[in-house]
Amino acid sequence: MQFALIYYQTAADFAREQSEPEAYWGAWSAYMGAMGAAGIMRGGAGLMQPPTATTLRIKAGEWQVEDGPFADTKEMLGGMALIEVEDLDAALAWAARAPCVVDGSVEVRPTIPPDLV
Amino acid sequence: MAARTSYGRLVALLARDSRDIAAAEDALADALARALAHWPDDGVPANPDAWLLTVARRQLGHGRARAATCVAATPALALLDAERAETPDTDLPDERLKLLFVCTHPAITPRVQAPLMLQAVLGLDAARIAAAFLVSPSAMAQALVRAKARIRDAGIAFTVPQLVERPARLAAIRTAIYAAYGAGWDQLEGDSPSDLAAEALFLARLVAGQAPDDPENAGLLALILLCEARRPARRDASGGFVPLDRQDFNLWHRDLVREGEAALRQAAQHGQPGRFQLEAAIQSLHNQQRLTGADLSAPLIGLYDRLLDIAPSIGALVARAAALTAAGAAPAALAALDAVAARCSDHQPWWAVRAEALAALGDQSAARAAARRAAGLTSDPAVRAFLLAGRA
Repeated sequence: MQFALIYYQTAADFAREQSEPEAYWGAWSAYMGAMGAAGIMRGGAGLMQPPTATTLRIKAGEWQVEDGPFADTKEMLGGMALIEVEDLDAALAWAARAPCVVDGSVEVRPTIPPDLV
Repeated sequence: MAARTSYGRLVALLARDSRDIAAAEDALADALARALAHWPDDGVPANPDAWLLTVARRQLGHGRARAATCVAATPALALLDAERAETPDTDLPDERLKLLFVCTHPAITPRVQAPLMLQAVLGLDAARIAAAFLVSPSAMAQALVRAKARIRDAGIAFTVPQLVERPARLAAIRTAIYAAYGAGWDQLEGDSPSDLAAEALFLARLVAGQAPDDPENAGLLALILLCEARRPARRDASGGFVPLDRQDFNLWHRDLVREGEAALRQAAQHGQPGRFQLEAAIQSLHNQQRLTGADLSAPLIGLYDRLLDIAPSIGALVARAAALTAAGAAPAALAALDAVAARCSDHQPWWAVRAEALAALGDQSAARAAARRAAGLTSDPAVRAFLLAGRA
């Protein structure tokens, strides 16, 4: 089964990228490295910091463009990985290993099988 | 502790004849809610357990107050806990051992046995159990409902098994308790004691007390006590991971160490060594090694060899490799690890021990790569930071 692991991080966690880059990147690269070595990675990406986002809406034909992510929430999207594993339990085991799961959260969702799209 | 004692005793009595654990839990939850409504004004009855049992039995005949079982029970249990100390011990029979046998019956899926036991005997709610076993709350709730329906419908009797069956069935209970303790091992948030570890310790005491004929029960109790004793020393002041060989043993729970050693001695008197007695003896040696500074690696490796003879497991094999590394036999450790490499690609301790062995052999870059792999496989931030930093 394919699952998306969607990583949500707090502002404090994002700030560690600047304040302690070695520990921050060390943890993420070890985690992503372990998933790669396990042969379950099917795709995904880490995202640049939330302030780099630009959000677009079109209301009644009018473009509304805003700086920043679409909602100002406590936890913000940090990235996503697509993994191929046996079942939800296996996906949760990998979600539990994500560095952001202690301060933030990881959403685990099955992807839509290609034949349904 | 008294409230926990009451919960399992009452569920066991209520479900004994009907075999319907879910209905028993609902009826008890209802009785506890009534207790919470009445006792603060009317006073706690002379025998609270008998009162709860009477009210719950009356409820059993009526419809079911579904859901909210444990949520409703929590405040009432706390109240009962507070009052219980002053009331005389109940004269109701203790049927909890039967309930443990039911929960670990071979007809129940093995992976549900430990969760079912935690719910039926201790009243833990599905969400908390799910979190400890790392499954989704709805999946855990469904599995528990199915297991209880199976007990009711498949005619699993509330009895203590016959003599021939008894050893294997007790082993199933121990396996479930050990699984619960394992699930609680990593819960180390802040200063709060790990909930599930405490529950597992409670169950281990219960089984060792009610079935003293099998020395493995005392062995399991000893193992849990000797590990649990070290809990306060497993993290430093800033939350960092502290490996056993650097722990401050003044922080250990001395009373748990004493109780564990006593349980181990008592088990050994039977002259029937088993898996849990060996594991407890291993932990006892680890503790002594740290306490006295003596090098006990030779007897440790001897105990691991015996353990692997009677109960081979990846965990024991990896632990033995760690002992070999500590004893200066890193090449043998690496060879032992390599022999099971195919099964260990996602096994964090395998990579961590491999890193130690490689470092001992002077291959620092391979050691760092293995430690990094281990770091990517742990869900514990303190362990992750320790592995990424490398041993100073």
